[in-house]
Formats: sequence, C-alpha cells, structure tokens
Amino acid sequence: MTTQPITQPPTRSQRFNDRLFRGLCRGFAWLVVLLVSFIVLRIAVAAAPAVRQYGFGFLSGTTWDPNQSRFGILPEIWGTLLTSLLALVLGTLFGVAAAVFLSEAYLSQFAFGALKGMNLHLHPVFGRLPDQLENLLKNLIELLAAIPSVVYGLWGLFVVIPLIRPGCNWLHLKMGWMPLFGTDLSGPGVLPAALVLSIMILPTITAISRDALTSVPPRLRMAAYGLGATRWETILAVILPTASRGVFGGVVLAFGRALGETMALAMLVGNANKISVSLFSPANTLAALLANSFPEAPPKEVAVLMYAALVLLAITLVVNMAGSLILQRASAGMQGGK
Amino acid sequence: MPELDTTAPNAPAFGEPEPNPLEGVDFGKLEKSLQRPRTLFSLIMSLVVTGMTVLALIPLFSVLLMLFWKGGRKLSVAAFTQLPPAPLEQGGGFGNAIAGTLIMVLLAALLSVPTGILSAVFLAAASPENRLANAVRFAAKVLTGFPSILAGVFAYGTVVLITGGYSAIAGGLALSILMLPTIVLTAEDALRMVPEKMKEAAIGMGATQTQTAWMVLLPTALPGILTGVMLGVARAAGETAPLLFTALFSNYWPMRGAHLALMQPTASLAVLIYNFASMPFENQVEMAWAAALVLVLLVLVVNLAGQSLSRRQIQQ
Repeated sequence: MTTQPITQPPTRSQRFNDRLFRGLCRGFAWLVVLLVSFIVLRIAVAAAPAVRQYGFGFLSGTTWDPNQSRFGILPEIWGTLLTSLLALVLGTLFGVAAAVFLSEAYLSQFAFGALKGMNLHLHPVFGRLPDQLENLLKNLIELLAAIPSVVYGLWGLFVVIPLIRPGCNWLHLKMGWMPLFGTDLSGPGVLPAALVLSIMILPTITAISRDALTSVPPRLRMAAYGLGATRWETILAVILPTASRGVFGGVVLAFGRALGETMALAMLVGNANKISVSLFSPANTLAALLANSFPEAPPKEVAVLMYAALVLLAITLVVNMAGSLILQRASAGMQGGK
Repeated sequence: MPELDTTAPNAPAFGEPEPNPLEGVDFGKLEKSLQRPRTLFSLIMSLVVTGMTVLALIPLFSVLLMLFWKGGRKLSVAAFTQLPPAPLEQGGGFGNAIAGTLIMVLLAALLSVPTGILSAVFLAAASPENRLANAVRFAAKVLTGFPSILAGVFAYGTVVLITGGYSAIAGGLALSILMLPTIVLTAEDALRMVPEKMKEAAIGMGATQTQTAWMVLLPTALPGILTGVMLGVARAAGETAPLLFTALFSNYWPMRGAHLALMQPTASLAVLIYNFASMPFENQVEMAWAAALVLVLLVLVVNLAGQSLSRRQIQQ
C-alpha cells in the first residue's frame, strides 16, 4: 500500500484556476478604481454644456430662475458653508468631549468604584460590568450614525423646530438688532438644520478622536502623572496636543460629511434661495438644491444641476482628501513617537 | 565564593539613626484637596465632559422615543400589507415601500458584494508598494466620504437618462456605490487579521494562492467580511438621497402583472418618509413616523447583527 504524501504540487488545472481567480480579483480591483474615475468623469461630462455656457459666473450668481435661464449658486454655497461650519463647531465641542470621556474610561472607573464599594468588583459576572458599560456607551454613540438621515429630518421637523422656536423668537424680539438674530424662526431655518447636522457628524468626530486619544503612548500619561500633574492638566497639556493631528483629521472628515449631507438639510433648511447671516432665516445648500430640483428638472436644466453637482463633488473631494492625508500623517507620527 | 556586599556605599554605619530624606516636606501640601484650584479645575472639567457626553446621547433617545410613541400607534398588519393612502384617505400602509427597499438593497448587494470581496482579496494579497492596490484603497476612501446625493446624480446620468425612465435598477446601482467602500475596507481588514501562520501552513502544503484564499483566508475572515456587508446593507437601506431621482416613488407594488418589474419607478421606505413628512395631512404624517420606525428597526437590527459578528472574529 502506497501512502499519499500530504503535500503535493498543484496540478495543471489547479494552476489554471489559480491564474484565473487571481486575474478575476485584479479585474475587480480595477473595476473599483475605474468606477470612481467614471463617476467623476460622468458628472463632469454631463456638466460640460452648462460649464461652457455659464462659466465661473455660475459660482457668483445669486439668482436661480429657470424661466429666464439665469442660474447662480452663491446662496447655496453660502448656505452649505454656514450650516456645515455651525454644525462643525457644535459637533467638535461635544464630539471631542465625548471622545475624552470615552478614552479616559470615566464610566468604567465609576462603575468599578461603585462595585468596589459593594465589594463586588471581583465577582465573575458583575466584575465584567465596567467594561461592558464602557462598550455599550461606545456603541450607543455609534448608533447615532446608524440612524438614517431622513429620520433625523423627520425628527428635526416635528421635535427640534417646535422645541427651539419660542427661544429663537424671543432672541429675535430682544436682540433683533444683531444681524445674527435678524429674522424670526417661522419654521425651517439655518439653526435647526445646523443643530441636527451637528448630531449627525458627532459620531465621526468622536470615533476618530477617540482612536487618536487612545493611541497616545501611555508612558506620556505616566510621565505627566509622575510629575504631579492632575488628570486635566495631563489631558490639556499632554494628551490632546499629542493627539491633535488625529482629532483635527477627524474634524476635517466630519466637515466633508456635513458638506455632502442631503436629506436632513433638504427637510430642515427651508430651501430659500437667499444669502442671510441670520441664524433663523431659511437658506439652501448645494445638496438640498440637487435633491429638490432634480426630480422635476426639464432636460435643459439637468446640465445646470450637474454643474452644481460638480461643484459639490470638488468641494467634498478636496476636504475629504485633506482629512485622510492629515489622519495618515497623524498615525505615522504616532508610530514614530513610540 | 565572595561574600555578598549588602551594604550600599553611602549607607550609615550600624547603630547610627538613618537620616530621613523626606524631612521638612509638608505632606499636607501633597494631599489631594478640592480647595486647591488645580484639583478643583480637574474635577469641574470631568463633570463638564460627563455632562456633555450625556447631552450628546439625548438626541438618540429622543429619536427612538418619538419613533415608538408616534410610529408605534400606527403600526399594524395593514401597514405592512397595504398600499400608501391617497390624500385625505384614511388607513393604508406602506407594504410596497418595504418591498421596494428590500429589492433595491438586494440589487445593490448583488452588485457590490462580489466586487467588494474580490477586490479585498486582491488588496490583502498585494504588497504594500503595489500601485493598483494603493489606487483601490484611495478610491474606496474617496467613496467613503462621497456625498450620497452624488451617487444618485451618477445613476441618473448613466441609467435614467439612457434607459429613459426611473427604475429600481438605477436605485440599486446608486445604493451599490455607497455600499462598496464599507465592504472593501472591512473585508480587507478582516482578511489581514487572519494569522500569518495559517497562510504559511497552506502554502507550505503546496496550496496555490487561490486555494489558500478559498479554503483558509475567506472562511477564517468570514465573520469580519459579513460585518462589512451588514454595515453596508444597513447604510444602503436608510439612504434616501440617491433614490429620490433614480427610483423615484410609486404608489403601487413593484410588479407588472404577476412578475417582478425592475424597470419602473419603485417605492422605498426612505423616500416615503421624505414625501409624507411634508404633507399637510395627519394620516400621511403618522404614516411617515410608522415607516421611520420600521426603517430604523431594520437598520439597527442589521447593524447590531453585524457588530456581534465582528466581536466573534475578535474573540477567535
């Protein structure tokens, strides 16, 4: 009886299959790259007639009048930047705070302390509670990102706007001389849109900042504690500066997300084609313009909308690439520091 | 054997009292006291951060609460089986929207899952300097931050303009573009987490790269890959913007006669919520809340299932 060796060289058909499968994988990899190039190209080609006709005046025009064939998207660009920046300020404040809360393990320390008080901290079931709570909190913040944009829009329409309206109108009444409060909030407007947008980008900021904060080498923290620094002296003087690049990268990526966010804004921003500094006045954004105008656009207008899409694509591409580059550098720097 | 010298060089001779190096230090100063501004500041900041984290979670609970409160009332068997009501009509449901969402997400998965997994296999096997691999990673990252409405614009330009009509196919294509990056990047991570030893063992036994991929890499990385697919599906199911002007909306079932019809306007839960939310009719608004509840439950269940799968891979 001859025993078969457990190893054997591949047969011809196996070698053929190998080549075929590897070729297939390579082909699909090419497909992904080509798809992205094709998307950019397709939008650019469709926008070409409008680019030729309207040129750069399209970016600085303030009227959108299909009847007179006059198109300009300055109000939309202004609205996009205003809502995104407002959302970014709020989202960064709360997002970084939540990231610090998570990376400092406040919750699990508190739970551990409570368990220790009840002498349960070594219990096989309850002893695992601190880590589980910490994990639950992290997942809850990530769940904020899982809720669809249109549901946030619905919630904003029926919960946020009625909630903030009395306060906003009071501010307008008392401090209406300030341009910021120059109009009253009659329904949709910049502020509710920015508020809801900040909730939507918060998970991005928190997740990336938390990664940056936890990848700060522990010996830096130890050194700071060893020198007698308090917890917050350590956070403000050592940990946040060390992780600043990563946090900043997360903020930039969140900005990119805010710029391209569509549904919540289309429902909450008011779709008014005007430039106003008032927080309570309705406005419009590029993405919301696309969402509202595309479904009933006559063929003539499609090229113009494609031009607007191209502008949005260019802005988000630049912001996203900047964010990815910053993050890449940040993680490279952190590895060098270890 | 030399005797061990246990005395330190500067140790005092036996019998002399040891000088205390901490003499003159005021230990009271070192104690943690909330009267010192430094410690007080630290405590206040801790409280502020805790408060802000709690505040950041309030919207989540508010959304979920409102969904159950406003949407739960309207949820019945009819909601799942009937067609959307006309204005001022009572009752009705959104059965066709659920069917449409499922059909389009399935179409999107059919397009993006094979593409995503096979290109991830390529990425995981490629060397770090491979230019195509870096280009694919870059493309996937670009797609991650791609505004979802632009996927719709693209599908409109390629499918709707060419076939001359809104269709489930166009909607599925737009959704697949949004699913793709999640699948590629998660699958690559999962494949890279397979221990090097297992790959080397397979290659040592004479397996080709293909056999290694099919018999070792893919089965081991399966939970992680499925996580990516689930997260992609969850994202696609909730997307509205790419469907607005690709699949449009329809008040009827996605059928022609007894057959499934993919080349006609198709309803989806997300677009139904958008359309009904701004209607001045009580019934429609309530319907939007109920549809939002169904959509969020669908998305959350798929999301949590995906996350529990990824935990399984980490535990391995």
